[in-house]
Amino acid sequence: MTRFIFRRALLALSVVMTVMALAFVLTRLSGDLAISIAGPGSTQADVEVIRKAYGLDRPVLVQFFDWTRLALTGDFGNSFFFKDKVSNLIGQRMPVTFTLGFTGLAVALVISLPLGILAALNENTWIDRLVSLLVMVGQAMPSFWLGLILMIVFGLQLGWLPISGTGSWQHFVMPAIVLAFTAVPALTRLMRSGMIEALGSDYIRTARAKGLSRSSIIFKHALRNAAIPVVSIAAVQLGFMLGGSIVIETVFALHGVGYLAWESISKNDFPVVQAVVLVLASIYIGLTLVSDILNALLDPRLRGA
Amino acid sequence: MLRKSVFSFLLGAALLGAGLPDAQAQKASDTLRIAMRDALTNVDPYYNNLRTGVVMSHQAWDMLVYRDPDTFAIKPLLASSWTLVDDKTIDFQLRSGVTFHDGSPLSADDVVYTINLVSSSDSKVSVPTNTNWIEKAEKTGDLSVRVTFKKPNPAALEYFALVVPIYPKAYREKVGADGYAKAPIGSGPYRITKWEAGKEINFERYEGYWAASPKGKPAIKNLYVRFVPDATTEMTELLAQRVDWIWNVNPDQFDNLAKMPTLQVTRKESMRIGYLSMDAAGRYGAGNPLTNQKVRQAIAHAIDRKTIAEKLVTGGSRVPLAPCYPGQFGCDSAAATTYDYDPAKAKALLAEAGFPNGFETELVSYVLPQWTASVQGYLQAVGINARVSQLQIQAAVARSWEGKNPLYMASWGSYSINDVSAIMPNFFSFGGDDYARDPEMKRILEEAGSSIDPEFRKKSYSAAIKRATEQAYWLPLHTYVTTYGYSKTLNFTPYPDELPRFYLSKWN
Repeated sequence: MTRFIFRRALLALSVVMTVMALAFVLTRLSGDLAISIAGPGSTQADVEVIRKAYGLDRPVLVQFFDWTRLALTGDFGNSFFFKDKVSNLIGQRMPVTFTLGFTGLAVALVISLPLGILAALNENTWIDRLVSLLVMVGQAMPSFWLGLILMIVFGLQLGWLPISGTGSWQHFVMPAIVLAFTAVPALTRLMRSGMIEALGSDYIRTARAKGLSRSSIIFKHALRNAAIPVVSIAAVQLGFMLGGSIVIETVFALHGVGYLAWESISKNDFPVVQAVVLVLASIYIGLTLVSDILNALLDPRLRGA
Repeated sequence: MLRKSVFSFLLGAALLGAGLPDAQAQKASDTLRIAMRDALTNVDPYYNNLRTGVVMSHQAWDMLVYRDPDTFAIKPLLASSWTLVDDKTIDFQLRSGVTFHDGSPLSADDVVYTINLVSSSDSKVSVPTNTNWIEKAEKTGDLSVRVTFKKPNPAALEYFALVVPIYPKAYREKVGADGYAKAPIGSGPYRITKWEAGKEINFERYEGYWAASPKGKPAIKNLYVRFVPDATTEMTELLAQRVDWIWNVNPDQFDNLAKMPTLQVTRKESMRIGYLSMDAAGRYGAGNPLTNQKVRQAIAHAIDRKTIAEKLVTGGSRVPLAPCYPGQFGCDSAAATTYDYDPAKAKALLAEAGFPNGFETELVSYVLPQWTASVQGYLQAVGINARVSQLQIQAAVARSWEGKNPLYMASWGSYSINDVSAIMPNFFSFGGDDYARDPEMKRILEEAGSSIDPEFRKKSYSAAIKRATEQAYWLPLHTYVTTYGYSKTLNFTPYPDELPRFYLSKWN
């Protein structure tokens, strides 16, 4: 088991290193930082002065090793545009992204679990088909579009909710609903199939034979078993949500890590882009590692893999 | 397409106007709520290159002199008077009794500190050419300063009026550059009370501001500036009356917005010019068709610039005849050779040049795609088949400087400096944006730029304009028009220098 954990951790670490190198190379390929700092209306003379001042005229490999050396000690350097340390910027914005991610996941679970159960209990009836239809529509709907529609209805027409910004809890309601919609289809389907399988199994038949009440069978026996894969998928979805909220954070002007990534990408602020990619990737890789280890603990057959 | 239909729906929804909150509330609380798309990551005026940054700097900082937005005359501000000692020396007499937002008085030390700091080569300022023409500043008295230049700069006072805000020396030295960027103070009509990078800025009227300032004491007590990255979101905020003022509204939305009972929309031509550069120097490939003067003249005749300005750009956009903004000092339209829309003449010129069946080339652009497409269409009509490469601004600029764009559509705003020296040298002095590489042009412009004699400069610029247009090196297409949308309760005046002056605004 120790060997297994060690091997997995090493693998995770090498993925992190690969991400670091890729993030560095891709950002350099995407444009000239000196032009960005100088701005679109700048003269060529401005750009040359800036290239020197920021050390961007040094060989790329030198720049990479400098950055990696410092990044490994937790120092991501300074943003070229914000007069601040990259670690501060990410630290300040992480709470917004986490709040959005966890709220989004909670909303997704609140919507998808009852829907999945409802569909399973009414398998192949019009209710089941209606749920399938809703799930399909949800999957087909682009999140920025849903965001705009919610803004129009709840922000503009009804005037109930603020449209953009992060001032209060109300600001998170619409973005969390939109984010939840990206996870609802997968979770609903999984809940439905898990529930159908559980309801068809022997122990449920035994429970019925014992004369247990319908609600006790569904919630105490079937749901507990059907929910296990849903919980593990939910963890993966959380990873997606934390990393994938860029569009939603931008549309709603929520100042989280996703919005920071968008801002930095559009300005070629390499140090910030590299750090955001690394941090989000590390969270995702960390979650996967933990779930691998947990699965292996539960199921010895997986340890050889 | 999708965005557009969403927008129409949005307007329909807003016109129905169900349950809109607190329409008059902001006037009551005396707070002007502003939304902008170009988020500032550093509010220190020397350390960002965004127009938003210049706009903010003029609310919270004062410069040495003030440019009247109507007449463009230079007036006293922090300097009560000044004397041009010679071509490269200027003496400023500072006003007494001016205070920074922390209450400390302005003195020569602040001005000397600021100018020497931002003009040094290792200052890391974002736009070095705004200040690196300055040699140094010296204190000549408690309230007097002498500034010397590296070379004569005829537009020096314009720079001092627009892009050289004055730091408080004692405060900035105490808190350091990073501390200053987090809690900046200036001596302008508004003081910054809260600032979160990339997110928002709160301003409050500075009660200690000197009453006789040409900027005046602001009528509106608070400004709340918020950065909203998405244009549709920003528009929704305006329609929902959660913000009072936005700008750079898409011209297509002008008529729609004008129908809103609670809003007003205005347009103002700005100093920015959309242009077409042509590879006259053959950087893209020696001897390519664009190196032929007749071909360039044909292109100038082929494009119906008047229609582009009137129908696509709209709002009073004009076609500049000379390669500069018509109001700029030295921009003598009468000296220009003009090119009317005349496709038959264009075809004849192409035939004379040896291309009766036209030729293939590439049109690189970062301006609005529909504008690029219209130019492509006009070229196609006379037989020039131009492949369009519609690029992000940085990529297009980088290619331009490497000489890889045969035809290039872009724009230039002259940093709002009302002088030809802020535009023509960029395109004719062998820099990356110089597609002509004509030594004669360079010589004329250098002569004009190193003199402060207005008559001589005018004569030189006229000669440069004559040569540039005869050769059809650089084709001005249209002036830009900025569209502003804001609450009917607000009295706001836009100016051509693209600097919204909130300190001059008031509630109706």
